[in-house]
Amino acid sequence: MDMSRRVIPALSLETLPRRHHATVAAIDWAQLAAPEARRLRELGFDEGVDVEVLHRATLGRGPIACRIGRMTVALRRAVAGAIHVQLDALPAK
Amino acid sequence: MHAAPLVALVGNPNAGKSALFNALTGARQKVGNYPGVTVERHAGRFVLDDGRPVELVDLPGAYSLEPSSPDERVTRDVVTGAGDYERLPDALLVVVDAANLDNHLRFAMQLIALGLPVVVALNMVDLAERDGLTLDAGVLARELGVPVIPTVAVRKRGLDELRAALTGAVGGGGVKLLRPSDGSIDDDIVTLQRRARALSAAATVSETAGRRWSHALDAVALHPVLGPLLLLALLFVMFQAVFSWSEAPVGWIENGFAAIEGRVAGAMPDGWLRSLLTDGVIAGVGAVVVFLPQILILFFFILILEQTGYMVRAAFLMDRLMAHVGLSGRAFIPLLSSFACAVPGIMSTRTIEDEKDRLTTILIAPLMTCSARLPVYTIVIGAFIPATKVGGVIGLQGLVLFGLYVMGILGAFVAALVLRRTVTKGESSGFMMEMPKYQWPRLADVVLGLRSRAAVFLKRAGTTIALTTIVLWALLSFPQAPKDGGVSQVDYSIAGRIANGLEVAVRPIGFNRDIALALIPAMAAREVAVAAIGTVYAIDDTESGRGQGAMIRQLQSRWTLPTALAFLMWFVFAPQCISTIAVTRRETNGWKWPLFMVGYLFAAAYVMAGITYWLALAAGL
Repeated sequence: MDMSRRVIPALSLETLPRRHHATVAAIDWAQLAAPEARRLRELGFDEGVDVEVLHRATLGRGPIACRIGRMTVALRRAVAGAIHVQLDALPAK
Repeated sequence: MHAAPLVALVGNPNAGKSALFNALTGARQKVGNYPGVTVERHAGRFVLDDGRPVELVDLPGAYSLEPSSPDERVTRDVVTGAGDYERLPDALLVVVDAANLDNHLRFAMQLIALGLPVVVALNMVDLAERDGLTLDAGVLARELGVPVIPTVAVRKRGLDELRAALTGAVGGGGVKLLRPSDGSIDDDIVTLQRRARALSAAATVSETAGRRWSHALDAVALHPVLGPLLLLALLFVMFQAVFSWSEAPVGWIENGFAAIEGRVAGAMPDGWLRSLLTDGVIAGVGAVVVFLPQILILFFFILILEQTGYMVRAAFLMDRLMAHVGLSGRAFIPLLSSFACAVPGIMSTRTIEDEKDRLTTILIAPLMTCSARLPVYTIVIGAFIPATKVGGVIGLQGLVLFGLYVMGILGAFVAALVLRRTVTKGESSGFMMEMPKYQWPRLADVVLGLRSRAAVFLKRAGTTIALTTIVLWALLSFPQAPKDGGVSQVDYSIAGRIANGLEVAVRPIGFNRDIALALIPAMAAREVAVAAIGTVYAIDDTESGRGQGAMIRQLQSRWTLPTALAFLMWFVFAPQCISTIAVTRRETNGWKWPLFMVGYLFAAAYVMAGITYWLALAAGL
């Protein structure tokens, strides 16, 4: 295994712990279907936007409810996984 | 002469558009449909400060001018003067949620760029303030270049200022031309979004965390364990209420119809006309109107769940489960509505963006146990299932009814699973939804919604159902059997002869001639089956009296238990509802899918009823 190319696993909206403020670092648009990508843009997802995971549905692999700006949006984990985020600071509370 | 100037109300979903529309137009509004599409058109009138009347049309909520659903297409076409849904508005009243400017301003900016006179309503400022957000409407007005009026539509605040601003915006009549399109509509969403965010930040005077009571409620409603439990509890209360709350009003309606029947019977000489009125019209319509209370209670709950914003939470909780059968949480809302009636359920699939997903939802919606099946279930269960307790607590009759609901849901899931792998095959659709803040339901809006449902139902009972029962009565009454021929009137009648032929096809699944007879008029609507059986037995046997008790005695003496169970199973699947077929044709733009739906559901009904019958026989029931 080439150790030098190993990168620190980046945090995505899927893996971001609940109630931690984070900033969208990059969105992997290519990973998303076109209508999905457009809806995501329309809901305001963009680099530099402040996000936070509020809830994860049902044990298992249900969708995620996250706060973006002052709005709450539900999305599936696959989409959340395409949204790379950077942890802001300490836990929100 | 020019018609009144047209003002179009536009904005994001959840901006409080409808509340503002109701506040401005009050009771003076009309609900219709846009031609060619099944998008509701809400229009109303109000008067400007200078006395000019204005027509206000409430356009469907949209996120941008790039439509991704039929609703959004109507909005785009109206504000850009394309299509022929509406004349070009003289002005736009753009509604934005004060607490969600980041997002709503982008669409507002797109709309302003169209060049029509615009007034912006900065709505729900009270909620924004409660959320700890103070905004400067002056900054917004200066930056956007249009009047910006803070409003609280539900409390009718800011309406005078809004009317004053619109008086200025709606100029000297005549439709204005759009500024030549310079591609601004296709402006990159991201660029606009960034400008919107900057503007929102500039207009924000102060922002604190504030009280986030929506989040506090969500902590329970969306909790991984408590959330699903709460949803189950709500559904349980809802269905419980449908039965327990409706008992008294059902009694009143039954007594009312019995009284009318008695009056008519007493006032008229015995003869075919009296028989037509009492046996045909009054008995038939009465058997159906009895279910109005249950339908209204069910719709009451659904309207409340929608208005409070809980419905989207339910969709969120259900998404995982729905994903298993290739659907998304969005399908939950139409399917839940279909428990009241598949027609509004199928119509509400319009919010599902994915075409295959939407089609699948439409095709399985009739499997949700709608209120029209209740008359059928109630009578047959009452006649054949003993009112005993299982384990001392749960009523057996209720358990069987619950089982029928579950059968419908399981059937729908299996159907969705199969459909998504065959005829509606495609990429699994996504689930992305804005979750609105919780709101108190507005009683006036609930009442308005219930009133229109009641009107639709009564109209159906008064026309379709009355007509089919009259036709059935006629087919049953003629030709008259000879008095001493030893042949019953039903066997001798036209309907009886048709049914005797049909019986051959349904005998293998345990159905008798009377059932075959009832199934024909029940094509119009399921609940007619009860009226039809009632009519058949009322005509055949005149001494046993009226009402549910008499019908139950008749059923017990003429049907076996396996037949009754097969009959119940038939109605879990059978697509016997003209309205559902019609709305499916409208929503899918053609006959292909409604015919497919009718075909697969009848096949399922036949097979399932047959299996039930033979299993019941084998079990020695």
